[in-house]
Amino acid sequence: MSDSGNGKGKGSSDLSRRRFLSGVLKTACGVGLMGVGIGLYSEKATSLPALAIRPPGAIPEDEFLNACIRCGLCVQDCPFDMLKLGQIGDEVAAGTPYFTAREAPCEMCEDIPCVVACPTNALDHSLTNIEDARMGLAVLVDQKTCIAFLGLRCEVCFNVCPVQGKALTLNYEHNVRSGKHARFLPVVHEEYCTGCGLCEKVCILEEAAIRVLPNRLAKGKLGEHYRKGWEEKDRAGGSLVTPDIKHQYNLPEGVQYDLQGKGLIIESEGIGVDKPKRSIRAFGTGPEKK
Amino acid sequence: MATSKYETVGAEAIEAKGWLKAHKWLILRRVSQLAILGLFVISPYLVEVLDELWIAKGTLSSSVILGVIPLTDPYVLLQGLVSGDVVPEVAGLVGALIVLVFYLLVGGRVYCSWVCPVNIITDAAAWLRRKLGLKDKSHLARSTRYWMLGLTLILPLAVGGIVWELINPVSLVYRGVLFGIGMAWIVLVGIFLFDLLISNDGWCGRICPVGAFYSLLTVKSPLRVVASKREDCDDCMDCYLVCPEVQVIKPALKGAERGLGPVIMSSECTNCGRCIDVCARDVFKFGSRFTNNQVEATGASSQHHNGAKA
Repeated sequence: MSDSGNGKGKGSSDLSRRRFLSGVLKTACGVGLMGVGIGLYSEKATSLPALAIRPPGAIPEDEFLNACIRCGLCVQDCPFDMLKLGQIGDEVAAGTPYFTAREAPCEMCEDIPCVVACPTNALDHSLTNIEDARMGLAVLVDQKTCIAFLGLRCEVCFNVCPVQGKALTLNYEHNVRSGKHARFLPVVHEEYCTGCGLCEKVCILEEAAIRVLPNRLAKGKLGEHYRKGWEEKDRAGGSLVTPDIKHQYNLPEGVQYDLQGKGLIIESEGIGVDKPKRSIRAFGTGPEKK
Repeated sequence: MATSKYETVGAEAIEAKGWLKAHKWLILRRVSQLAILGLFVISPYLVEVLDELWIAKGTLSSSVILGVIPLTDPYVLLQGLVSGDVVPEVAGLVGALIVLVFYLLVGGRVYCSWVCPVNIITDAAAWLRRKLGLKDKSHLARSTRYWMLGLTLILPLAVGGIVWELINPVSLVYRGVLFGIGMAWIVLVGIFLFDLLISNDGWCGRICPVGAFYSLLTVKSPLRVVASKREDCDDCMDCYLVCPEVQVIKPALKGAERGLGPVIMSSECTNCGRCIDVCARDVFKFGSRFTNNQVEATGASSQHHNGAKA
């Protein structure tokens, strides 16, 4: 199979065996070097940039790079032509599909043709309702420039959101600066946002103040060991460690502290002698007692 | 002497059979390679005319023909499968099976010579190399490609991702033509220069793991080139000079005394038919592997021409 394939197995002298072995070794080393090169290049070439969002249904990135066979069928089946394929020289792995929300967001087709087209489940076919897609997460990255925070009426992102009223809502807040207006502040709700990027696309600023980021960048992650005490308590029906203790302040005799607003109460000064007792009772007795 | 031989390769055949017949299989291969690529290119533009029908959608990695027939490159799929992260759709599996069966019948390396667009680049380099009379000093083993094949199947496990497809020039050409070339042309120019200046038949004949994979599919395939009139051979050497896998010819053409041939049995033969073209004495023809050592008895040649698609 090689050029030197006339080394003839029978009656091979030491010399020809040595030549054969050194040939194999050379080839193996060369190919090994090539492997290192390709491996290093792939490290660089597969560091997905922050603004590249995978199509709906994309499985986690490291699995996606194994499963996507770079055929481009999803790109061709996208009726809005918003998907692109990574090219050599891009930071997106060559041949893998992505979109840039600011240029062209996902239009959230109900039949999700890109997912249907995928032959390898790199875009997971179990995704049948586009509202279950989690391509990324919209994040209001800059409150300084979002004009809603400046007290102006905008709400463009709120109005275009395809999961309107759920993924993006408006919080009304007093405008302290003017003293007489309300601010209509956009708030993203992670449990509904599909990451389609329409909000980023329509943001009226020169640079969008709301951006869709890949989930890995948009979300924090609690430590695996982390338990929320109140949830564990609810689940167990009571404290798991030590019984709840009554909260109290270690204050000198005749001194009370009212959490509800009165603050420090010194009985000797004769202020509301009755009231402190009431307040003590009020916060000393937890829901467990009485 | 040798140099002039390089320059005049095929001249005898042109004189004997005429230019067209001396380039018959070459022309058919170019038509096949370009037609397949062309179908993928024009399909998006014909969708509206053809009432939403895509003639060929996707790329060689995976495609859908006429909206129903799935085709998937089994080699690309295999790279994903070794990682364990691929759960192929039925269409993906059926597609790979269709491609697999097709190449098992016609010979895996028909992919290389009749479908792969890189073949046009490396053939051009080989042609220019012959014209310039350049000699190969690299001594790159032809077995390198099988090491490469192994490498591409290990890399997904070692570094994650179908790494080979980042630089696979076959995919780069298709994606480049269909979705934009980017910097991929550098790789293609690199391959041309490598084949021209460094290694004779270097890319396709020594390095490309795609060809290595498809060689493995060729081992038992029935469609073969046969040196059916090898006793007419006048040792002009033209077939040796144009053959991209020159090691496959000798056993079939010159193996009579050793009881070998006349069928080219090597799995590395690409069934390109160039040896048939350049032979002024029509020593070679397409036939089947079953005619080995019984060429006088049958001489059954079925002039297979395949519009291979993948």
